[in-house]
Amino acid sequence: MSQSQDHLDQLENQSVYILREAYANFKNLAMLWSIGKDSTVLLWLARKAFFGHVPITLVHIDTSYKIPAMIEYRDRVALEWNLNMVYGQNKDVLASGETFPNGKLTRLQCCKALKTDALRNTLSGAWPRYRMNHTTGMYEPDTNTDPYTGVIVGARADEEGSRSKERYFSPRDKNSEWDVGDQPPELWNQFKTDFAPGTHVRVHPLLDWTELNIWEYIERENIPIIDLYFNKGDGKRYRSLGCAPCTGMVDSEARNVSEIVEELKTGKFANIAERSGRAQDKEDGGLETLRRDGYM
Amino acid sequence: MTTIEKTRMDIVIVGHVDHGKSTVIGRLLADTGSLPEGKLESIREYCARNARPFEYAFLLDALKDEQAQGITIDTARTFFKSSTRDYVIIDAPGHIEFLKNMVTGAARAEAAVLVIDAKEGIQENSKRHGYLLSMLGIKQIVVAVNKMDLVDYSREAFENIRDEYVAFLARIGATPRFFVPIAAFPGEGMIGPSDKMPWYKGPDLLAAVDAFEKAPPKDNQPFRLPVQDVYKFTARGDDRRITTGRVESGTLRVGDKVIFYPSLKSSTVKTIEAFSAPVRTSIEAGYSTGVTLSSQLYVGRGELMARADETPPQVADRVRANVFWMGRAPLRMGKDYLLKLGSAKVTARLERINYKIDASESGGDATTDLVERHDVADVVLVLRKAIAFDPTSLLEATGRFVIVDDYEIAGGGIIREGLADEARKAAEAERVGTTLWAREAKPGTVVFLAGDEPALDGAADLLRAKHPVLGPLKADAGADGLAALADTLFHVATAGITVFARLDDLDEYDVESLDVRLASVPRRWVRTADEAAQVAKELGA
Repeated sequence: MSQSQDHLDQLENQSVYILREAYANFKNLAMLWSIGKDSTVLLWLARKAFFGHVPITLVHIDTSYKIPAMIEYRDRVALEWNLNMVYGQNKDVLASGETFPNGKLTRLQCCKALKTDALRNTLSGAWPRYRMNHTTGMYEPDTNTDPYTGVIVGARADEEGSRSKERYFSPRDKNSEWDVGDQPPELWNQFKTDFAPGTHVRVHPLLDWTELNIWEYIERENIPIIDLYFNKGDGKRYRSLGCAPCTGMVDSEARNVSEIVEELKTGKFANIAERSGRAQDKEDGGLETLRRDGYM
Repeated sequence: MTTIEKTRMDIVIVGHVDHGKSTVIGRLLADTGSLPEGKLESIREYCARNARPFEYAFLLDALKDEQAQGITIDTARTFFKSSTRDYVIIDAPGHIEFLKNMVTGAARAEAAVLVIDAKEGIQENSKRHGYLLSMLGIKQIVVAVNKMDLVDYSREAFENIRDEYVAFLARIGATPRFFVPIAAFPGEGMIGPSDKMPWYKGPDLLAAVDAFEKAPPKDNQPFRLPVQDVYKFTARGDDRRITTGRVESGTLRVGDKVIFYPSLKSSTVKTIEAFSAPVRTSIEAGYSTGVTLSSQLYVGRGELMARADETPPQVADRVRANVFWMGRAPLRMGKDYLLKLGSAKVTARLERINYKIDASESGGDATTDLVERHDVADVVLVLRKAIAFDPTSLLEATGRFVIVDDYEIAGGGIIREGLADEARKAAEAERVGTTLWAREAKPGTVVFLAGDEPALDGAADLLRAKHPVLGPLKADAGADGLAALADTLFHVATAGITVFARLDDLDEYDVESLDVRLASVPRRWVRTADEAAQVAKELGA
């Protein structure tokens, strides 16, 4: 590598390389966009990789409990950046109201129904997908119901124990399940791009990034990020975004990106895990259980 | 700001199981003050309370548990600091069952510490890890001869292991930087001189590790860029055709003449492209970049871009290589595999095994025609078509490959040299028997009705009654649209059916890309009113 590259340059160039490998090797490719900072950085890196274009379908799993500002932001950016925007959701459960906020499920059960099941069936094409029509700005049923064979995800190794065991290209079997103990070798930037019918591959371009790297890069690149991450005067902000009923705010004075970077480097969050505001992680099994099952 | 950023280095610690890797890591963490306060004491107390002998492995397990629950949260990496550097120790399990994980971890490291038990001596994995590190391109190795306390800090025991291991590594052309005698558990030889081993004059382990050097930049090596893709995204009026890839070595400037291998097509660099970044007139190793060329070439994945004024890469369809095998099924002769090098992907077969580097010391013989799981062998591979590469002795990045068996990466290897294609004719005869159109009926013709001549639409309508007619395909369909069309045309034609495609006025590049993709089936281009009338007469109603 070059002497002129700093650590962020190295991360950026590796992620761009991975995105281009994914694009070259998978015919039906999707990228999950949660509207949060990581997958928004991922989206920005896709624009870097493809010179301002995003030739990959972006999939958002809408639990209907997302903080409303997230949906507004999603649709505004999708129009502005000319994105192939698709969303999917668990219509049956939402119709019957069998959710945690309604007191019918535990947090983990609710995550499984609204996120894991919705994700799995949206990716496989079993449940309807809704695609944004850029002329009207409205969503219409998507005519493409083929399963996505490659799914790009913004997971980072430093987020949580199970994610640190991932590969850049990580196979999932027919049921979206992940065999943590038997993963393909990955060397010299040769990835698992050959796969048996019915299986799919999760691609992780951000695996080597830390939470701090993400914010430093947002600052350096001036990436427009949703303002829920900032304190707007009440001394509170979101550190991690999810469904409104399960995502708490943290006490913080950080009002902009550079204050967040400073807070992560030296301030009170230097030694506290990012997902500490996510209630479902604290239930039995937590994220690793969800992930084996196909959660992001 | 004048603060100098401390450099960061990724290292691995490898060795035979139970030779003391965890103890070495635990000691390094403890003795460099890289542990959370009170951590070591609490583990010692825990062991005392439970009447168990203290082991550093408990410390590492406890750290992992803690990480898994919340703070630094990265069970695959451990961090420690010396006064000169920040180190990341990448997890590389020693047990043979985890060889794929060891290789995955080690391939990312810049340097390695290999641990050998002074009492047990050199074991199978001591050797295997030694040559794997060498093949993975890790040149900086320190060998820690551990548990010296169990051999009474004997100089002779240390020197015997050193001499035997040096002789072994010499066979694969590797030389360790230092051999350091240590006793990690009591902490002898780890940091500072050990008064138990006054006969040893070399550096202590931490000093030997601090003596590792960052690899020199590759900017001055010959320029190599494996082509990842050629993009032409037509949305919002973009008409750039961008050849993309990562610069593996060297430097490229606007105006440089470039040659693509193996096709030998050439052009000149017009611009270096980037999104939301300052304009560049040169680009060097490490960057994932994209360039536009002064002429439109049809090149794609598998081509290697090099500068016309530098040493060219080699092109061959037979290579001598060193391979290591991780697959459950052995690498065998007579079976087709996929070889991936850079962005090239070709079918490969094992032609012969020159010798095996046998870790279990039963001698390197070539009597077998199998490379078994965990074997390393010097082999000849025959490729279905020629690829561009560099022998790893000249350039590392463009000489490394992996072998895919049944969807899985099952082996890795490095090319030693390209070979003359003496076996090519024999292989050719074999290959004819397996190609699609040798088995199927005679392929149908692909007829392109290309351009904006109205008579072409008339002909297309007429022909539709009797033949499949695809399209119309718009000029701005982009590379994906074109590739999808070529795919369909290929499948229809190879089924023995004549097929038509109505196209807009394509540029030369797109015409050539269709010709190349459909090179194996007959093609006919129809552009004028006269030609349209002719083809309608011949093949129409």
